[in-house]
This record gives sequence, C-alpha cells and structure tokens, in this order.
Amino acid sequence: MTNHWVDLKNADYILIIGSNAAENHPASMTWVHKAQDERGAKVIVVDPRFTRTASQADLYAPIRSGTDIAFFGGLINYILENELYHKDYVVHYTNAANLIHPDFKTATDLDGLFSGFDPEKKSYDRTTWAYQTDAEGKPKRDETLQDPQCVFSLLRRQYSRYTLEVVSRITGCPQNKLKAVWDLYAQSGAPDKTGNIMYAMGQTQHTVGSQNVRAMAMVQLLLGNTGRPGGGVNALRGESNVQGSTDMALLAHIIPAYMAVPTSKEPDLKTYIESKTKPGGAWSGGYWTNGPKFITSLLKAWWGDHATKGNDFAYAYLPKVESAANHYWIALFEAMYAGQIEGLWILGQNPAVGGPNSRFERAALRKLKWMVVQEIFETETVDIWKEPGINPADVQTEVFVLPAADAMEKEGSIVTSGRLIQWRPKVAQAPGEARPDDEIIYLIGKKLQALYAADPGPFADPILHLTWDYGDPYNVENVAKEINGFYAADVTDDKGNVVGKKGTLLNSFGLLKDDGSTACGCWIYTGYYYPADDGTGRTMPATKRRGQKDPGGLGIYPYWAFAWPLNRRIIYNRCSADPDGKPWSEDKKLIWWDAAQKKWVGYDVPDFVVTKAPTDPGGRDPFIMRTDGKGGLFATMNEGPFPEHYEPLESPLPGNLLSSVRFNPVVKVWDTNKGQDIGDNVGTADQFPIVATTYRVCEHWQAGGMSRWIGWLTETQPNMFVELSQELAQAKGIKNGDKVRVRSARGSIEAVAIVTARFKPFTIDGKTVHHIGMPWHYGWGGLARGDSANVLTPHVGDGNTMIPEYKAFLVDIEKA
Amino acid sequence: MKLSRRNFLKLSGASVGSLLLDWTLSPTALAAGEGATFPLHKKVSEAATICPYCSCGCGLLIATGPDGHIINSEGDPENINNRGALDPKSISVRQLSQSPLRLRKPLYRAPGSDKFEEKDWDWIITEVARRIKATRDKTFEARNAAGVTVNRTTGLAFLGGAANNNEECYLASKLARALGIVYLEHQARI
Repeated sequence: MTNHWVDLKNADYILIIGSNAAENHPASMTWVHKAQDERGAKVIVVDPRFTRTASQADLYAPIRSGTDIAFFGGLINYILENELYHKDYVVHYTNAANLIHPDFKTATDLDGLFSGFDPEKKSYDRTTWAYQTDAEGKPKRDETLQDPQCVFSLLRRQYSRYTLEVVSRITGCPQNKLKAVWDLYAQSGAPDKTGNIMYAMGQTQHTVGSQNVRAMAMVQLLLGNTGRPGGGVNALRGESNVQGSTDMALLAHIIPAYMAVPTSKEPDLKTYIESKTKPGGAWSGGYWTNGPKFITSLLKAWWGDHATKGNDFAYAYLPKVESAANHYWIALFEAMYAGQIEGLWILGQNPAVGGPNSRFERAALRKLKWMVVQEIFETETVDIWKEPGINPADVQTEVFVLPAADAMEKEGSIVTSGRLIQWRPKVAQAPGEARPDDEIIYLIGKKLQALYAADPGPFADPILHLTWDYGDPYNVENVAKEINGFYAADVTDDKGNVVGKKGTLLNSFGLLKDDGSTACGCWIYTGYYYPADDGTGRTMPATKRRGQKDPGGLGIYPYWAFAWPLNRRIIYNRCSADPDGKPWSEDKKLIWWDAAQKKWVGYDVPDFVVTKAPTDPGGRDPFIMRTDGKGGLFATMNEGPFPEHYEPLESPLPGNLLSSVRFNPVVKVWDTNKGQDIGDNVGTADQFPIVATTYRVCEHWQAGGMSRWIGWLTETQPNMFVELSQELAQAKGIKNGDKVRVRSARGSIEAVAIVTARFKPFTIDGKTVHHIGMPWHYGWGGLARGDSANVLTPHVGDGNTMIPEYKAFLVDIEKA
Repeated sequence: MKLSRRNFLKLSGASVGSLLLDWTLSPTALAAGEGATFPLHKKVSEAATICPYCSCGCGLLIATGPDGHIINSEGDPENINNRGALDPKSISVRQLSQSPLRLRKPLYRAPGSDKFEEKDWDWIITEVARRIKATRDKTFEARNAAGVTVNRTTGLAFLGGAANNNEECYLASKLARALGIVYLEHQARI
C-alpha cells in the first residue's frame, strides 16, 4: 500500500476491484465504513461476483474475469475525453509532458502491439520507448500537453479505442453501469477530493497482472490521488507478512530491500553498480543514486570482516543468475518436474494445494530426492507421498518434517500491508518439541558451517565466512539489529571526531556508506529497531511502540510501531501539497512547505529532501524513487509502456475485440506433456465454455495450513463448494446442495453446488457467457477437506512477474 | 455445575458459543452480581500480539495459564489497525496453538516408506544439513558455460516464508544465498 489501513477513512471515493476485502481483509472495512459514515464517501465494487464487499458498496458493477485493462482503459479514455483529470498534478507531478522518441507507436497505431516488437524473441526492443532529451540529457517537456509525441497525447491515442461500447462488449458490464462507475470514481479528480483503489489478487493473478496494476497506478496519477491522504494504490497483501517476506527478498529476482539479483553479466561489484548507475539505469537518478551504499552495507552485514574493499566486499559470494525469470515459481516447478532439482526446503508453505495445475506440481514434488518442511500441521505437502491414489512405495522422496512454533509461540516482527512493522512477543508455549522457525534455520546454518569446516567441498567460503552468530541460545534481537543496520567500524567526521562508534545502531539509511564502515541487512528497515520515543517520553525499539498520539487527526499515529521507510506512513507525500508547497485542501493537510523555517513540515515524515524548496531545481519532482522524479503515466514494462487489453490464456472469445493480438505477446507458455493426462494443457471454449475464477472465504486461510486443522473454522466452512448462477444451474439441471463435477483441461474436481444470484450470466460480444467461482483452500488433509481448485488452474503466468493466472480460466460443470 | 471463574473459562473455550457467553456472563459481571470475588490459584498472564492471518496486522490480547497455554484471545482496542475488532480466524488462535493435531516431534519418512518415524532434533538437523551439503556440492556451478564466475546451485530450491517473521525471512534469505540457491521463491510469487 502507498497509504495504510487507517488512512482509508480519509477517502471520498473508494474503488475496490479484484479484492473481496470484507472477507479477506476484514479490518479494512472498519475504515471503509468510517469513510462512508463520517465523510459520505462513495464505495464502488467491481467484481465478477456480488461479494460480501459488494454488499457494502454504494455502486456495484460486474465484469468478466480477465478484462480489467479494458475496464481501466475505458476509464482513462473517459477521464481524458471529459477533462476530469487533476490538471496541476498531471502537469507537474507526472511524465505527461515528457516527449517520447519520434518513432514510438502506440497499440492503436500497430493493431495491439507497440513499436519494437520481435515476434521470434517474444520481446520488445525498447529504443523507441525512450524520452527525447535536451543537450544536458534532461527529458524534453511540453507542459501545454499539446505536442503529439508527449506522453499525454500518446495516452489519448492509446485509449481512444476503449469506448464505452467496446469495453461493455468485452467486460460484459452493461454500458449504463460502466458509465456510472467511471463517472463516480472520476469525481475524485477534483483537487480537494481523493479516491483510493483497493486491490488484491483479483488484479495480479492474470497473465496481464502487472499491467492491471499499472493501469490502476495511471488512473491514480491522472486523478491526482497518489501521495495524498485517502488516496493511493493500495495492494491488500495476501499473507500476514508477505510484505516482509518480499522486503527480505525470498524471491528469485531481488536481494533484500529491492535490489536486483546479480546476473552473470555483472561478475564484479563495480559492474553490478555501473549497470544501474549508467544513464537510464535504475540508480541513475532519484533516491536510488544511494544504491551503492545499500549493496555494500548488505554485503558487510552478510560477510562481516570477510567483506573488504580488497575482495570486492565478497560480492563473488552472491550467486549469479543468467535470467531471474528462469527461476520463478512456475519455471521452478517445470525444472523440478524435469528432475533438475534434487532437494527442496520449505518454510511454512503448502504448494501441494496452493500451486497452479496441482496435479502437475504434486507430481513434480514426488520427483524430488529429498524435501525438508518446517510446518505446524501435517499438510498435503508434508504428506505428498500419501496423496489418495498414490502408492507410497512408488515415491522415493525422503521427507524431513521439522515441527514449528506458531506465531504466538515465538518472538519477532511482521509488516502490515501498510508497511507498518509491528513486534510480536512470545505469548504462548509451543506444543511438544516444536521450535521457532528462525531457531531451526539458525541450527541448520550452524550445522552446515560445521560440516563445511570439516570437509569444505566446492567454494565453501560464502558459508564459512557468513556472519552467523546470533547467540547461544539464539536471540532474535541480534538478527533485528543486523537488519536495522549498525556501524561496522568507527566513523569519524572531517576533524577526526568519532560520530559513529562501531557496533552502534543506525537510525536512518541516510547514514549508510559504500566504504564498508556500515552494515545493514535491509536498508528500508533502518530505524525499526532503533530506540525511539513513544510520544510519552518512554524509549524503546521503534517497532515495539504503542503510542496513541495522532497529530492532525488523519490516523497517522507516528508513535505506534514503525513504518518503513523512516516511519513514513504515506509515501510520495510531497504530492499532498500543490506545486508551491501548499496543501490542496485544509482537511487533507499532510505535509507542507514552511517558508519561514525553510523546510517541509507536517504530520507525516516528508518523502522528500526536507530543505528542498518548491522553487528549487527538482522541488516539484515528488516521485523520488524514479530517476526523473515524475509519476510514470508512461513506464517500461515487458508488454509495452501502456497497458493494452489481451484476453486470458483461456478465453470464451475467439479473438480480441480491440486488436488482432488475442493473448499477451510476451508471456511464455510451457507445453510439458501437452495432451497427456498430467501436463501443461490449455482448454478451448468449444470444450470448456464457462469462465471460472478462484477466491477465498473469511473462515479459511490460503492453502489451509493454518485453518483447515482448526475445529471452529471447520464448523463454519467444512467443505469445498462452487458458486454458480441460477440460470446456469437451470440449464445444467443442478440444484442447490447437489454434488457437481467441474472439469478443465488440467483435471476435474468434485464440489457442493451453491446456486446463487451472486453470479449472473454475462453478455459478451452479444453472446451469453456463464461465470462460476470457487474457493481454493481445500485439500485431502486436515479437518475441513475437499478437492483443490488448483487442480483446474493453468501453469501460465504474468508477462513480468510470472504470477499464475488463477483468476480466469475455462471449465465445464455437470451434476456428479 | 456451579460457575466458578475457572469452570467458566473452560466452558467458554468449549464452543463458538463462548463469544456469546463472554458478552453476557463475563467474570466481572458475575462477580459484581454475586458480590463475591473468586481468587485465582493459578496466575493468568496477558500480553498483546498481532494476528497471524491476513495483512491487516490486527492487535490480539492473549491470556495464558501458568503452563503457557492460551485460555482466551480477544481484540486489542489500543491497536490502531483494528481497534479491538477481530474476524473468525483471529478469534480462533487458541485452537491454532493448542490443536491436538499440531506437529510435536521431528519426523522422517524414508524413500518408499509408508510411514513417518519420530526422530530427535540432533539427528534431524544433522541429516538435513548433510542432504543440503551433498546436493549443493554435487550440483555447484562455480562458472557458467561462458566461463563467468556464478557460484550457484540449481539442484537446491527454497520455498515459503510469507507467514513468518521478518527476522526469520531474513535468515532464510541470507543462508539460501550463501548456499548459492537461485531457485528461491515463496507465496508472493503466486
């Protein structure tokens, strides 16, 4: 989230799309309701199903799964045609005025593709996507927004095809509903109003998921909603600490705090840094110019005294990839299925239920030589060798199960969706011999160091030299201090005075150095464990604070816990003031320029150089993490600089009503065992005419590992079900409560039918298309059992992130 | 049954109906009504924590008995995110912690076997570390086909962590990289 949970109360308009917040993020509705009750905020829900969240909305519009870019493209077109955008914001804070290369062509010009596409490589040459620059290398701008090659003109051109009529035919949403939604949300473009967009996996789990998110970000820039109270692009993240696990980079493409994973094209630290600081590189402008300090401090945190200037700060110890995308989830399971992965270590995850094309991924798990699982219950992954229908004698995988303590039985911190890092003390005793996961990882690491000391094997240095001493017994505070960052050597000022003593904690990443004198495990967390006031004069690690003061009354609560970065609650908050530094409106006053004090002041920590005046160079460039400081209405993504509608891999339509390019042209489609019982099979509408989607219920949690073993939750949601419309039920002779079979090209499952008015048939391009949905929590284990929805979902992912397309696929349904 | 406070707490944990009981027959209300107090022989500890389910970060107040077992959970009214409100999952954390189905001992399943065997921690940590080392050493690539130093293994993979604490994820991320693991993924990708 650019904003945070409590801030939802400051919104005048709330668009919830691709999220069923009332079930999956229930506490958020406290603040949504507060906005409705106290500000008269209008809530819009867009979803294929009339959800519990929709029941709380002022306006609900159904769209077919997988058509969000058509919906948002239409909204952008509507905003531009009716001049509903926030003009001052757009001109000064976004790249709308920037001129693009004269040869750049939009997807309107090239029938669904942008300039530079190479059909053989399935990727773009991005030469024509560059800014035009002046003699100094600065982007050329036309702040009248009239130049035909300025971003604003190109944006108009790109979305001119997204008319009410075409968008209605694609999405299946009636024209009057679409217009009502667009009209209502576009009112947030008034300078004194803000609107926020809440979204979740309904936006990301598509082959165009990243571009769905881009489309929302663009709408928020056009309407001037980002960086302001009650605004922002708000991802309602799916797990209690998926924000933190992402910050810590348990992902193939990054190392902690969002630095790109090193590739073989960057064999030494100098090349790694130069590849990013070169003109046009990610670290060539804005705050990322400090990147060299962050990477050096990370290497110091990991390899301590063994990371020196003389050995490139042990950069060689980091593994290098050829391309990170080779290692993303779907690629990982393809490699596992092919027998290339021998051993798997799992930390509290249940891929046997949660991964796409379950039968394929379960078969892949059974090809492992060994598997280690840290878990609290005997999940389907733990029991992969005894799935019903599998003979254990045929499964040669060795399985090691390490019983883990649950969240209340250990100590540490987690991050909310709003980047708020809250500390959890140990409040209960773990059962039996179960141990905290960090202690288990620590013990394995210690044992590995001992084994490598005795018998080094190939290149043991990264393991032997790893800083891995967190006390005996293990103390999590030692890890927290390393993540927070500390001086790795005495640091002196010009006169030789010691300003930082070796070992002391840092309170800001502004203190980090690239000379090896600082160590920091996750630069964006700097300060989270630093002693701070809780607003009452008591001092404690910032993350542990419980202070209740809320200066300004906007729900900032600066003394409650610690938000990364630097306790900033709303990021890009320079946008909360106008170009001259004055608040856009009195009731949403967040930070402002104080001419007398010559600095930015207010209720939140400014996301800006605090002494940089609005009239200074760059004083109106609020997006400090971007090289040019401007919000990206035009930005580089694998599919092109603007989102373009493509159909899901499995679509009820024979083509694309907006162009002759039906499917996302940059997506890799695997075809392992195509045509066989278990394989990367793709269905077509003649065999599987019904659109299906997956979702969650309030009473269960993800793949069930923390809920299906619990009695109370099992009583409330005992079994797998599928929701279908009354019209489809009648056509198929299905009654409420019947057992039904749902089939896709990957497999089939049984479920209990819930015949409901929550789903209605869509009219897509003049034809009736049925839409069903089902929860994906279930598996054969635990107390609440049932078939897994992911048996049906395809092994295909987004064009940038490779997140699976769980949310739109084709099925058929019949009475079992 | 006479309703002492301890019996009451047992009762209240017995079913979902406890939500109603808590409301109508709180120990304080009983005490006030009967004009008597019920001194506890066993100490009840209370502490504030954060719910382990969704990413709202709701505050939970947890009461535990002297054995460290949870006897009650309710919303933390001071937590800025939820101001005391909870959903059905967070109210159920007592059953998460105390389920008889929780894994209590390290388990090992041999190739082709039809059962798990209970093992002690020393054995299992040693065997896991040996498997990791053997696979890493066998599949380690110091250089790629072009001769560039890459120091990686594609024979090992790591998954998971979104339900874990930051400090746990950090340790996993750090150790995995030190081992040369590049197949490193978790819930955020799916």
